[in-house]
Amino acid sequence: MNGLIHSEYPRETADYTHAGEASADIKRKLKQLGVSASVMRRVAVASYEVELNLVIHSDGGVLSLDVYPDSILLVSKDRGPGIPDLEMAMKEGYSTANEEARALGFGAGMGLPNMKRNADGFEIESEVGKGTEIRMSFNING
Amino acid sequence: MENRYHSVRLDVSRCRGCTNCLKHCPTEAIRIRDGRAHIIDEKCIDCGECIRICSFHAKVAVVDPLESIKRFKYAIALPAPTLYGQFRGLKQPELVLEALKQVGFDDVFEVARGADVVTKAIRERMKKGDYPTPLISSACPAVVRLIQVRFPSLLPNVVDIRQPMEVAASMARREFCRKHGCAPEDVGCFFITPCPAKMTAIRRPIGQIKSEMDGAVSVMEMYGLLLPHIKKMQADPDFHLATRYGIAWASSNGEANAVCPEDSLSVDGIPNVIRVLEEVENNKLTDLKYLEGNACMGGCVGGPLTFENNYVAKNTIQTMAHALPPTHPDEDVPPSALNKYPIRNDRPFEPNDTLKLDDNIIVAMQKIQRIHELMEKLPGYDCGSCGSPTCETFAEDIVNGQCREMDCIHLMKAEIQRMAQEMVDLAQTKRE
Ligand SMILES: Nc1ncnc2c1ncn2[C@@H]1O[C@H](COP(=O)(O)OP(=O)(O)OP(=O)(O)O)[C@@H](O)[C@H]1O
Ligand code: SF4
Ligand SMILES: [Mg+2]
Repeated sequence: MNGLIHSEYPRETADYTHAGEASADIKRKLKQLGVSASVMRRVAVASYEVELNLVIHSDGGVLSLDVYPDSILLVSKDRGPGIPDLEMAMKEGYSTANEEARALGFGAGMGLPNMKRNADGFEIESEVGKGTEIRMSFNING
Repeated sequence: MENRYHSVRLDVSRCRGCTNCLKHCPTEAIRIRDGRAHIIDEKCIDCGECIRICSFHAKVAVVDPLESIKRFKYAIALPAPTLYGQFRGLKQPELVLEALKQVGFDDVFEVARGADVVTKAIRERMKKGDYPTPLISSACPAVVRLIQVRFPSLLPNVVDIRQPMEVAASMARREFCRKHGCAPEDVGCFFITPCPAKMTAIRRPIGQIKSEMDGAVSVMEMYGLLLPHIKKMQADPDFHLATRYGIAWASSNGEANAVCPEDSLSVDGIPNVIRVLEEVENNKLTDLKYLEGNACMGGCVGGPLTFENNYVAKNTIQTMAHALPPTHPDEDVPPSALNKYPIRNDRPFEPNDTLKLDDNIIVAMQKIQRIHELMEKLPGYDCGSCGSPTCETFAEDIVNGQCREMDCIHLMKAEIQRMAQEMVDLAQTKRE
């Protein structure tokens, strides 16, 4: 079920021009709702990381935002290539980022661990050849 | 105090209702309604971008006239180091200090000395460790207010130590009263300001209940008055001077270089500051220890109330600073100075939630939905003809009851075409 607010942000591989716009728009919406600065910061960090992963690692996908009266849900769903070893990918410092991404300052292998740390609920599912889905939830009141 | 005070104002008689300022305001604080600009008090951060961009000089900065120092029995001038940069080829700050006395001040005290104390205080704070990274400078009030409006989640990173002008005013007043045996209320402290943001910070302080300053006169006004005196001056007046580090706070990177020369970043110009703060908010700059942000290009030497070109002013200041001894504020400022005067803020930095659509989150959600629907209809040109800076802010303004859909000329045109077509259709049905 979609939230009272539902927005979708499609992202394409290596499209750095739009990278960061989804998380900026999400931040603006949370400010309009009056969500506290500390919750907003956590959503900002997680949404930025997940958005950039779509651009850097996926074959394209969609980030969506749903806001319910007491929670925020971020879902990232892509068309591949999938992550072969999830346990490895979740480790701090593990990265397969290419040269282009590294030149832009990405590839520290901190994105996924940071998402997990900042979200109140974190689920990841991935299948090689099919794609990756990440669901993160945040409680609005704390 | 004057709770809605702003130094930046509109001179209605000059405003032509164009969209220049509308498009350049970093906090979307301007609207054009009824053919003239309106500044939204709650959103304005007094950065002065609109003053710079307005071709009709309809945006002005209100500061105190020099006359106003007569309100006090004694008046002390506290020049921002930027003032020195106005005089090409100036070698000694002393000449400016002496000239300030010649134009009517009873005493002078360099704000750069306040910067020395603040430098030491921030360094002590950082030595203790355990602070959010990067620490963000609180010296530019326009940047602090920008953070309150657009980056409230970064407020815990902002240094909770007072700005140099505040510390300097406490020191100046105390020194003067001790020397002359007079009461603190008889002494007026006047900042020589490069910008409206500092003026507003005096009348409506940010981390403080009350400012230590009593008013501010602009660098621009003082430049004209001081110049003839400085040209004539021969004697070599004797003053207690700030360090070269304190003076260098006038231009971008001066502060970062004094406070934390390694792992620091200084960024100047509002759009650049916004870009860097976005990165900080996304946790992309956590390796950084200190961030100095200045609303003006080049730092305070680029302030809207300065006279000299900011590049030349920076050069003058650097040359002057190099001629001073290389002593760092760490050695120059006695440790006792940190306990003698109020150094810490006495009020937290509060977020400014003017973007919030409603106190009730459900109502706010409904408004966002409505904004979303409106955005589907609007052309997305961000042309400003409706009087709001972007299509999105226009949609927000509609939802907040401040304007109507037909204020968009593009929707209006579509509507007129539709009506014209209806009339044609009607005429045809009648004929049949
Ligand atoms: N959507 C995705 N599709 C495919 N692989 C992914 C996806 N997201 C993450 N990965 C894999 O998981 C690894 C770890 O991701 P993580 O975000 O933690 O680090 P990073 O993106 O490499 O670097 P950083 O996020 O610090 O810039 C990536 O290098 C990549 O191999
Ligand atoms: S950079 Fe300096 S002059 Fe410009 S607004 Fe900030 S404090 Fe004022
Ligand atoms: Mg990543």
